[in-house]
Amino acid sequence: MAKEVIVMNRKRPMSRDEVAVNVVGAVLIGLFALICVIPFYLIIIASFTSESSLIKNGYPLLPSLTNFSIESYQLSLKNPVAILKAYGTTIGVTVVGTFLAVLLATMTGYVLSRKDFPWRNKFAFFYFFTTLFNGGLVPWYLLCVRYLNFKNNFTGLILPLMFSVWNMIIAKSFMSGLPMEITESAKIDGANDLVIFTKLIIPLSKPLIATLSLFSALAYWNDWYNCMLYITDENKFTLQYYLQRILGSAEAMRIVAEKSGIALPSIPIESMKMAMTVIATGPIVLLYPFVQRYFVKGLTIGAVKG
Amino acid sequence: MGKENIKTKTPFMKVIKRHWLLLLMLLPSLLYVIIFSYVPMTGIILAFKRYQYNGGIYFSPWNGLNNFKALLISGKLGMVTRNTLLYNVAFIFLGVVFEMGSAILLNELFSKWFKKISQSLMFLPYFISWVVAGAIMYNIFNYEKGVFNHVITMLGGTAFDLYNTPAAWPIVIIFLRIWKQTGYGSVVYLAAITGLDQEMFEAASIDGASAWQKIKYLTIPSLMPTMMILVLLGIGNIFRGDFGLFYQTVRSSALLQPTTDVIDTYVFRLLIDNGDIGVSAAASLYQSVLCFITIMISNALVKKANPDYALY
Repeated sequence: MAKEVIVMNRKRPMSRDEVAVNVVGAVLIGLFALICVIPFYLIIIASFTSESSLIKNGYPLLPSLTNFSIESYQLSLKNPVAILKAYGTTIGVTVVGTFLAVLLATMTGYVLSRKDFPWRNKFAFFYFFTTLFNGGLVPWYLLCVRYLNFKNNFTGLILPLMFSVWNMIIAKSFMSGLPMEITESAKIDGANDLVIFTKLIIPLSKPLIATLSLFSALAYWNDWYNCMLYITDENKFTLQYYLQRILGSAEAMRIVAEKSGIALPSIPIESMKMAMTVIATGPIVLLYPFVQRYFVKGLTIGAVKG
Repeated sequence: MGKENIKTKTPFMKVIKRHWLLLLMLLPSLLYVIIFSYVPMTGIILAFKRYQYNGGIYFSPWNGLNNFKALLISGKLGMVTRNTLLYNVAFIFLGVVFEMGSAILLNELFSKWFKKISQSLMFLPYFISWVVAGAIMYNIFNYEKGVFNHVITMLGGTAFDLYNTPAAWPIVIIFLRIWKQTGYGSVVYLAAITGLDQEMFEAASIDGASAWQKIKYLTIPSLMPTMMILVLLGIGNIFRGDFGLFYQTVRSSALLQPTTDVIDTYVFRLLIDNGDIGVSAAASLYQSVLCFITIMISNALVKKANPDYALY
């Protein structure tokens, strides 16, 4: 139906006010999209500019061939052990964490979307209440460090981001939209709830799973906070925290200098900061095109109750 | 619980018997919220205790309201509360304007490729961590090397030192937040628009409604439920600052604190830098209680006005 309407819209000549809305929309949206992308462009060209030019002229607006340099990348990757370790940690944590997070969100969301389950609203509120009130940073931190042994442990990177009520609500809203008859007829055929969930509901929830996977993967990939709280062992730093340390202090630069055996003044600090930023951001952005088409379908939010 | 179930005529044991597998499927996430949310809630008693390592959360000695007194004496509570509140009010209001606005405009665009490309570009900032966003800020606003001052001096203006100008930070922070969040938020609204009945719009066109009229009388009212959920969720967190946003862009500069310090950065400094567990727990509790009261009142008000829009 929706498709037919679009085709009708296409064939009908645009009225004057439709043209006006389109022009205004295109200008505003285009402008905003430009503002969104320009900073990325600036970072990338700065990372390919020679250090001497950065110090003399500042960060460039336009790319220039005369100041082109890949020195910052060469140096960042010259002693790649630290970066590779950070990549390894981040990828491992992201893959394991995303799998668990999507499993928890969809499983919980499905149970709470079952209209024949009489306690669904009570449980939904039990989850939702945690977003209304919480104990704050201090008890949580003490619990994790003293009783759950998160210090320098990968559990400290995976568990804190493993369940989000927000993702659970998205899952519940999506699954409430699936026809109830699927579950009902499968029950009559003798399938149990777990089989219905894994064999019938999951395959029908691709847009939801793509969306939740992307958001969970983003949360794990971009996490520096839990690493800052729980990890002191350099070998277990996540990529973003590693980047934070490089950006944050000249001290971190000195560490790089010691490790690569180059005297401090000759380290292209400014361009390396930018190169590291590009290196730390890259892969996750490449994920986007694969999940984009599912997005609008998968991201329906609805009420807690229902 | 048992009582209510008799009322709804589904006996407790019967529900368990019939739905034990569903309950089992809930178990992992139930355990998760109990361990990571409900157990820490009991830790709010730390706010009334003098924390000792050996005593831990539950066996440290009580010290009455001393932690709260220390908090008041520091004189910062008012400032960080005001900052948190004002920032969040701006985020909620401008969030609705930008996110709903761009979703509506995106929906109106006839050119599919333009829509797709600009939507992708708008989503880009959502993909980066606050660490990277901080690096981008530095690239643009750095006093000596930043691109911003580059352009200003090129146009004949005088260079502007953002990192020494506390008054300019609210604009920068709000801008940054909108920059990072709009792509995501607009997809939430766009998903809601896609779910709307297309025949309603066709019928309106046949009746001679203009594009503006359709936006004003059909699209925006239909988006109200989505908007109310997002606004209420925002209000529930109105006393919580986005820690990453403030921490990674301000970079613990004491000079900028008057306009950029929020409750979360304040609590974090008390805990990590000062190791002041009792006082920081008191500040946390103060924040949680403020949030809880705010969401309770606003949800009750919304429920009274229109029960469909209430969160719970």
